Amino acid sequence: MAENKTSARNMRLMGMLRKEMWQIIRDPSSIAIAFVMPVVLLFMFGYGVSLDAKDIPVGIAVEQADIVTQSLSDSFEQSEFFKPSYYHSIQQAQQALEERKIDGIVWLRSNFSQNLQAGKQAPIEIIINGVDSNQANITMGYIQGVWQSWLIQFSSSRGIALNLPVNLEQRVWFNSALNSRLFLVPGVIAVIMTMIGSLLTAMVVAREWERGTMEALMVTPLSMKEMLAGKLIPYFILGMGSMFISVALAVWWFGVPLRGSFWVMVLVSSLFMMVSLLIGLLISIISKNQFVAGQTAIAASFLPAFLLSGFLFDINSMPTIIQGITYLIPARYFVAQLQTLFLAGNVWPVILSNAFALMVMLVVLAYWVSSKSRKTLE
Amino acid sequence: MNNQYFSQIFALALKEFLALFRDKRSRLILVFPPLLQILIFGFAATYDLDNVPIAIYNQDQGLVSREFISQFEGSETFEVIEYIKKDRDIAPLIDNKDVLLVLNIEPQFSDKLQQGKSAKVQVILDGRNSNTAMTAMNYIASMNLDFNQKWSAQHGATGPKVALEVRNWYNENLQSRWFILPGILGSLILVVILLVTALSVAREREAGTFDQLLVTPMNPTQILIGKAIPGIVIGLLESTLILIIIVKLFQIPIQGDIAALYLGLFLFLIAATGIGLVISAISLTQQQAVLGAFLFIVPAVVLSGFTTPIANMPDSVQLLTYINPLRYFLIILRGVFLEGNGFTLLFSQFWPMAIIGVVCLVFAGWLFRHRMY
Amino acid sequence: MSKVILTLSQVNKTFDSQDYQVKAIDDMSFAVKTGKVTGLIGPDGAGKTTLMRLACGILTPDSGDFEVMGIDVTKEPLQVQSQIGYMPQRFGLYEDLTVQENLDLYADLQNVAKDKRQARYDELMHMTGMSPFTGRLAGKLSGGMKQKLGLACTLIRSPKLLLLDEPTVGVDPVSRRELWEIVYRQVQEQGMSVLLSTAYLDEAERCDEVVLLHEGKLIMQGDPKEFSQTVNGRVFQVTVENSKHRSLQQKLSQNPAVLDALIEGEGVRLVMTEQSEPKAEVLLPEMVKANRKINITAVAPRFEDAFIARLKNKENSKEHSIAKIQVSGSADDEVIRVEDLTRKFGDFTAVNKINFHVKRGEIFGLLGANGAGKSTAFRMLCGLLPVSSGKVAVAGMDLRVATASARRKIGYMAQKFSLYTDLSVKQNLKFFSSAYGLRKKAQQDRIDWALETFELQEYQDTNAGNLPLGYKQRLSFAAALMHEPEILFLDEPTSGVDPLARREFWQRTNALAEMGVTILVTTHFMDEANYCDRLVIMSKGKILASGTPLDMKNLARTESQPDPSMEDAFIYLIQEKEQPDGRE
Repeated sequence: MAENKTSARNMRLMGMLRKEMWQIIRDPSSIAIAFVMPVVLLFMFGYGVSLDAKDIPVGIAVEQADIVTQSLSDSFEQSEFFKPSYYHSIQQAQQALEERKIDGIVWLRSNFSQNLQAGKQAPIEIIINGVDSNQANITMGYIQGVWQSWLIQFSSSRGIALNLPVNLEQRVWFNSALNSRLFLVPGVIAVIMTMIGSLLTAMVVAREWERGTMEALMVTPLSMKEMLAGKLIPYFILGMGSMFISVALAVWWFGVPLRGSFWVMVLVSSLFMMVSLLIGLLISIISKNQFVAGQTAIAASFLPAFLLSGFLFDINSMPTIIQGITYLIPARYFVAQLQTLFLAGNVWPVILSNAFALMVMLVVLAYWVSSKSRKTLE
Repeated sequence: MNNQYFSQIFALALKEFLALFRDKRSRLILVFPPLLQILIFGFAATYDLDNVPIAIYNQDQGLVSREFISQFEGSETFEVIEYIKKDRDIAPLIDNKDVLLVLNIEPQFSDKLQQGKSAKVQVILDGRNSNTAMTAMNYIASMNLDFNQKWSAQHGATGPKVALEVRNWYNENLQSRWFILPGILGSLILVVILLVTALSVAREREAGTFDQLLVTPMNPTQILIGKAIPGIVIGLLESTLILIIIVKLFQIPIQGDIAALYLGLFLFLIAATGIGLVISAISLTQQQAVLGAFLFIVPAVVLSGFTTPIANMPDSVQLLTYINPLRYFLIILRGVFLEGNGFTLLFSQFWPMAIIGVVCLVFAGWLFRHRMY
Repeated sequence: MSKVILTLSQVNKTFDSQDYQVKAIDDMSFAVKTGKVTGLIGPDGAGKTTLMRLACGILTPDSGDFEVMGIDVTKEPLQVQSQIGYMPQRFGLYEDLTVQENLDLYADLQNVAKDKRQARYDELMHMTGMSPFTGRLAGKLSGGMKQKLGLACTLIRSPKLLLLDEPTVGVDPVSRRELWEIVYRQVQEQGMSVLLSTAYLDEAERCDEVVLLHEGKLIMQGDPKEFSQTVNGRVFQVTVENSKHRSLQQKLSQNPAVLDALIEGEGVRLVMTEQSEPKAEVLLPEMVKANRKINITAVAPRFEDAFIARLKNKENSKEHSIAKIQVSGSADDEVIRVEDLTRKFGDFTAVNKINFHVKRGEIFGLLGANGAGKSTAFRMLCGLLPVSSGKVAVAGMDLRVATASARRKIGYMAQKFSLYTDLSVKQNLKFFSSAYGLRKKAQQDRIDWALETFELQEYQDTNAGNLPLGYKQRLSFAAALMHEPEILFLDEPTSGVDPLARREFWQRTNALAEMGVTILVTTHFMDEANYCDRLVIMSKGKILASGTPLDMKNLARTESQPDPSMEDAFIYLIQEKEQPDGRE
């Protein structure tokens, strides 16, 4: 009898799975969401989101040109970070800054060389457009670099050995070239998977309600758990498919190293994918119509995952309350796992603690979904 | 005749408002998420570092290293959570993300400095988020610069007296919130407008009421204007609300011409509404409309310069940003908020949005009658 | 086997709508017999669908006991669900799955053993005549085919009890007959019990037993033949030579002794308020004076007569009049002209060179099954769809390029009573009147008129989406009439609406036609063709026949069928002129 029950259940489940599979194959939109969207988004994010400044347009305002100012200009010219342009007066340079033609000004007053040679204070004045503060910080860092190397070179040309009291030696682990793409791409994968997971399922249950097929399903011996499983499994496979595509692109196209174990990656991705799919399913079950489900999925997935997952903005620097909110964003845990797995390796404390958090979410969501989906029209 | 023309448009716009706001769920979705999000994201989205956990590995016994370290202990940017004693303690701290960086001070640090030689401090950073790492490194570098200048002054330095004197225009304290909040405003409004407009025609198509609309004496232009008004009005009201929050709560002053800002906002809303209506008119079902809206919103936000500068993108991607109305609107927002710009400096941002808006609206109007199933 | 398969005792069910509470089932008790076909009938909002849903356990009653096959549905819904078959109004076919895949899915869900399936499939496919189409996508089937497939899916595991909720709505007469054959065969061969709800009273008449519901209450239960007997001696057929049946019907229905007057064939069918032999002098005094030949014969009562007599009483049913509409032009003007109209979608021809014209003041019918192309033709006429070739002229113009003032002459009632569901009745009326350019006083007057004429005052602040179907229809009709149009386009205006509401609707439409309003109407209720002056029957994009209703019936008149109904005529035409094929 028990065996009979199991085989009956399996038959129903297989029936649902086969049905979903046919629908997925015949409706290009889920295939598009699963396989085209990650590629498009990954390329867009991969190229569109970059914090690596290059060719920063900087204006060098030289009020009186001579060999000294020339050597400084040359230093900027040689740096890969700058694309200098020259002005003869600070007014011209400032106007260019206002018109957003340049991002910063290096201002050498007319008495610069004179003071320098006389051993007097000869400051270099820097004006930076601080609107994009992050970019301004980066620009400033680069300017300091150019300035320091020029200073050493200038001193040694005068026969003075310049001694900086404290020398900083920078060693960046996991991403020695400070290539922002290496950390952005894993984060982007987490954001994309959040969107795909919830989009895939947000519409599917709502669609059954709207098309009236739900009523027919309800009157069959199919239990609600079987129906949910029938919905989750195919979309889980699709979601994992898009995960593999994304990882493959990350490694082979964007050159992000995969230092951790591939299988650990598969495991944590599965966990996260289940959480995303359940969120979509929950939206779908609660809203029952595609209009509200679609709106909620947009509002609840993209921007929160983009801004609150720690993928771009450091969570430690957020106010405490907001940090509390980030604990509710599943992408937060996945971002940490992916960045670690890609760049650092199998760092178990990071992976396990985040996996645990995702497990808790999974259990809560599964309970929520099953309690919300009773076999009734009310 | 003319009166009738406008009263028909008015009736349609009124109907759109009623359809949006009589339903409780749709009313909630339009009003609360944007306000909640500006609060959460406004506080969350910052590149500024605050209380970043670090560890210090001081191998030196002398006094100077203490002085050096004290800078970090007093800093609000960093929080020293651990003083380590052994080399092999470094790796787990960084691996496990307990600290962002470790300062490693060499054994003879104090001695070397006192002898007038250069001393070395190694900064080991977690590069998993290289931007955070780099920002932290910049903070440390400038703290070190201060330390060096002070030390040199106290101990009679040699060499050229060339210092950098830095001024940051428009955002003197380099608060990244000043930069990001206007971007959040733009993104949120874009999402709201697309939600309002992208589903508006698709929904009527599914319900069958769109046919009825087309059979009335109203012409496509009237229908278009009537359908566009709710998006624009809701956008204006919600933007105003968010602007008030930004100015009052986040205390970011508006330096420039508020009229220029509103002209920009208006043109942006027209462009976004136009795009939303095109998506809606193309879509046969609501599902397609939702997907369409999504496929526009994500690239529009990413490629707008909202979080990362457009200048850093590859040239081909930069070209794409020219058809993104959010790009122009963000420049206007930041221009007026931070740079104190007025109409003249922003003129080059106004007309592209106007063109996008007009082209999209005309196309949407054409689609009303020609997209049939 | 127990004699009763379904028992209700004192069942109550209330729904909370946004604005008010609806008592869908009000203290209802009755039993349904095993092995019989029981019909649930009643106007919209009587509680038929709610009852079905309660029976299969997807709704829970507020109070009372509901037993199905001796099992308490409220407590053990799964047990019940594994033994019954239920076909909801919109059956859950997956349109992107093929016929075979749909069958497989439901076989899996119903746990039909794999080795027994093929035989059952063959049997069902043979019965439904769908064997050639098993590989076709369900979405590509015609309406009738879809319904038959839906039925097949519910029958895969022969259920003990079959619940059918309006199984024949929107189905063409041929498929309707086939559906019934299948159902009756199951009852005879398998001893299945069937509970069905229907809006077609001829279908109810064929049931073993009917249960009449009204506003959530049980009105009566019994043998339909006995039920029909309740109006014995009150039903008559009246014909007057050389008289338009429409005006005849109008005159007759105004007579206080007449409870109901229905156009049927060439005459008018009367149900009298009391049992009495009606005299021509009393009924039609003017015509008697004019020496017209009047023929009044008693006819055998039908189920429908009894149904109407039960639900309609003279006091509450006012004359459904309509305010006067000014129409210019003479009665001979050709208002609508269609020449060689063709519409192609890819390589599929939805409408194939059709021709017809409509004169002023005519009611012109476009009949056909779902997917016959009538909606496509209709949409082209309204200017909603560009034509592939051929010509369309409405009031001399192509509406696609017509000016606003030309379109003001048109009234349009869309399929499924499309209204703005989130707007109240009043807001809907206000919007549509504004869209047609009405303003201020004139607009207010028209809104008041609509609320009063269509008896919508009670619901004026209710959201259109929450209205009962009959009221939706009224509102939709009112919205189309706000600007007093000269030409009315009505697309399936009576679909899914109960017989009372349909009568009311046609009464108003007739009145409009009498005023000179030109009306183009599509319908799949064949008996409604009688209201038309002229009509065309469409199938597969072509016109099969055109002419007056009498012309159509004459086509099908044979010795074995001396007095064919419109439905007979339709079936005859279809079978005569085309080979069956499932494609839409």
